[in-house]
Amino acid sequence: MASTEEIRSNLAEIVNEIAGIPVEDVQLDKSFTDDLDVDSLSMVEVVVAAEEKFSVKIPDDEVKNLKTVGDAVAFIERAQNG
Amino acid sequence: MTGTIASVQGAAHTAVLGLGSYRPRRVVPNSVILEQIDSSDEWIRTRSGIRERRWAEPDETVLMMSVEAAKQALRDSGIDPAQIGCVVVATVTHLYQTPAIATRIAVEVGAPTAAAFDISAACAGFCYGVAMASDMVRGGSAKYVLAIGVERLSDITDRTDRGTAFIFADGAGAAVVGPSDEPGIGPVVWGSDGTQHALISQKESWQEAAGSFNWPHLTMDGNPVFRWASYEMAKAAQQALDVAGVSAEDLDLFVPHQANMRITDAMRRALKLPEHVKVARDIERQGNTSAASIPLAIEAMRESGEAKSGDLALIIGFGAGLVYAGQVIRIP
Repeated sequence: MASTEEIRSNLAEIVNEIAGIPVEDVQLDKSFTDDLDVDSLSMVEVVVAAEEKFSVKIPDDEVKNLKTVGDAVAFIERAQNG
Repeated sequence: MTGTIASVQGAAHTAVLGLGSYRPRRVVPNSVILEQIDSSDEWIRTRSGIRERRWAEPDETVLMMSVEAAKQALRDSGIDPAQIGCVVVATVTHLYQTPAIATRIAVEVGAPTAAAFDISAACAGFCYGVAMASDMVRGGSAKYVLAIGVERLSDITDRTDRGTAFIFADGAGAAVVGPSDEPGIGPVVWGSDGTQHALISQKESWQEAAGSFNWPHLTMDGNPVFRWASYEMAKAAQQALDVAGVSAEDLDLFVPHQANMRITDAMRRALKLPEHVKVARDIERQGNTSAASIPLAIEAMRESGEAKSGDLALIIGFGAGLVYAGQVIRIP
């Protein structure tokens, strides 16, 4: 099972590729919209890429709860273990 | 039981023989949209790629715009209008339940006795029309077919809805489809998903609206539509290439329905289109004109010299229903 840091690092690469945010900025306490300036459409792209990368399903209803990078990493960890 | 029914044979292959379009005169920049919604020019541009759109003036009716586009397509094709056997009009903004606007267009363009009807396939309408036209010509039901996509979406847009007010626009496009020595229209890849009918929809029925005095504007749930359009439609577009036996390397143009620049970009990435494939970006100046957007975008590319006669174009329409249709066509 991937560690929290591995998931964060992979997710940071996805965010970098889609929204051009430097990978080192994508830290657990950062808000996607307020800190990283990831808009709602880019968030959809991040979610789709994350689903593929981590082999998990992230329902539309869940996406609005993923406010910070930490929220997303925790969701992916739970989904992988569940 | 002694009688038999004769059968007719159509053409072995079909092609788009001519194209035409009509852009309304009035240019509406984002600043005009911002008079009625709390947003910004930057927000609209980054979320949709739209800088300005065209809105029809009162005399630029669904009929008028269609006839202008159709006459241009007929001239482009060199086909005598009297040879047109059927007129198919894709629109969701001819605000009469009946009769179809196609019959009046047929009269105005010089094909007064052609079969004529409208189809409701939203933003996939033009590709539905081209697919049906091609099948009619191959099936022998008509020698030549006029397929039109036309919208006055400004009539059903809620100008105060910050999620959709900046997107929708007006215009018309037309294609003449007929027999060809070589295949010029690939097999259609099409389908629907009615479980998602509520994502893009008229707010209420005309009957409900009549009782409430509320105009039944168009509503859209943007994010799930973005997801479906960007990813599921990239798969359908790939299938349209595959069934036509055309590789991305052989493709010259990619003309998706001009829904949103972000959808176009996401589809282009998902399809991994080579650099040489020119991508339609008419939405920047024209907005989203639903059934009219693909022919309008192709015409813009022909005018600028980006699209040349003989080029292979992947076209795909998708929208309310949800419905979609895509095919590879050769540019006339």
